[in-house]
Amino acid sequence: MGKVAIIGVGQSKFVRSYPGSIRELAFEAFKEAALDAGISAKQIDASVLCSAPEYDKQRSPSAIVAEYLGLNPQPTFYVETLCSSSSTGLKLAYSLVAAGLHEVVAVIGLQKMSEISSAESQERMGRGGDIQWESPFGTMMPAYYAMYAKAHMARYGTTLEDLAAVRVKAATYGQINDRAVYRKAVTPQMFTDPAEMMAGPVASPLRVGDCCANADGASCIIVASKAKAADLSKKPVWILGVGSATASVNLSGRDLFTGLRAAEQAARQAYAMAGVGPRDIDVAEVHDCFTIAEIMAYENLGFAEPGEGPELIRTRQTYKEGRIPVNVDGGLLSKGHPIGATGGSQIRTIVLQLRGEAGPMQVKDPRIGLVHNIGGVGVYGNVTILGNQ
Amino acid sequence: MSKTAKQEDVRFGKFGTVSFTKTTRVNDFIDHLENGKVMATRCSQCGEVFFPPRADCCRCLSSAMQWQEVSGSGTLVSFSQLKFAPIGFDGDLPYSIALLDYGAFRVFGRIDSRLDIARLRIGMAMQTVVNRLPNGQLNYVFEPVD
Ligand SMILES: [Zn+2]
Repeated sequence: MGKVAIIGVGQSKFVRSYPGSIRELAFEAFKEAALDAGISAKQIDASVLCSAPEYDKQRSPSAIVAEYLGLNPQPTFYVETLCSSSSTGLKLAYSLVAAGLHEVVAVIGLQKMSEISSAESQERMGRGGDIQWESPFGTMMPAYYAMYAKAHMARYGTTLEDLAAVRVKAATYGQINDRAVYRKAVTPQMFTDPAEMMAGPVASPLRVGDCCANADGASCIIVASKAKAADLSKKPVWILGVGSATASVNLSGRDLFTGLRAAEQAARQAYAMAGVGPRDIDVAEVHDCFTIAEIMAYENLGFAEPGEGPELIRTRQTYKEGRIPVNVDGGLLSKGHPIGATGGSQIRTIVLQLRGEAGPMQVKDPRIGLVHNIGGVGVYGNVTILGNQ
Repeated sequence: MSKTAKQEDVRFGKFGTVSFTKTTRVNDFIDHLENGKVMATRCSQCGEVFFPPRADCCRCLSSAMQWQEVSGSGTLVSFSQLKFAPIGFDGDLPYSIALLDYGAFRVFGRIDSRLDIARLRIGMAMQTVVNRLPNGQLNYVFEPVD
């Protein structure tokens, strides 16, 4: 049992283009989490909003979301670490509660990527790295991760088939997750048939099928102190470990290209805080923004030794019935990746798993779950460990 | 012309196919590129070498920096050839981004566009050379050491 519990989780459907405003999108996730926790806005002491601000037209969106959700006059905080914003938000909420400043805090993650035009979105794509020293060369997120894929393949013999296998697994579960944006099956043949969209080159060696889809979506996690959780919740899930680290934005500051140092460091912190190790994890969510990212996550989290990540997917050990089920909700690859909402969605998946409420995605009797959520190309590493006892 | 416009030092606007910032305290980097040299900075106080160049040392907090040429060769750490580009870079496609390790520092940049990427091998020795782009902008690229 930890100091802080998760007492409510919610998530909107992840869709290509949400037909509403960001406050309405936030409401969908918040409503589900509040009903799940059985509380009203008045019982929430503070809120944390997590999004990547370059997609929001609304300036200082935390205020408008707090207003719409009935969370005035409680304080609100705005948190951003790119794609891991809501894991960072959860760590902030944990700190606020553990420090005794607040008793119940809502962490709302959202992104309406369709808020801006596709031209504006393409312009932002070119500014994903160090804008002074990298972007003038014409960089994009897939190309950065492609450099990691290339290095992993050269060092360890990881193959294009291994990368495709990660996508095939994601699609297996995306088909049974009604919140996912991509609900179709994917076969290995789709990566070898040049007529298939999945096989199209993006940045060598990555293909269209190796990349996750943009989406609009929101997530909400409500946390409470031990005393409040005992009062309010019949099925609290405990936050046992929170780890976070950073790495240089510019790749010239990195000393490893077969894995992410920030993920390794965040994992080490989270395991130490929770007093558990990789073998104790029963179910995990990892940040598979690209197929190679999932394979590196296996290794950075200690599920496999460095270089042995591909073996886990080859032998189907990360499927639902395997030794360590990973992303059995479809992951970012099939569920979609609405930047600020992604971490909260991963947390929700693990909370539902630990309560035995994951429906067709449920793994057998998990006790401890892990969330690995990365911002940028390994710039922000966040690992959160949850338990049901 | 206003007085402030005259005083603004926008040399860095010449860096890369599209530059996203025009002002930096290491603007002399562009003059060195014009003269055919890719330069790093070295802290005069503690000796730390930085690439990309910096105006300030995060190790000893000194801002006394000296320019030092990126010379010799580095080893190719990794690379990727892009088939899609951000806005403003379409005319350069296909192009490859890469990282060279020089030991004391690393250099992120592009592979010389005349080079067949089938010839590239991780770990091979490459050097960093100044390159003038078709649109008149300046950058630097990596080419094999023969
Ligand atoms: Zn110094």
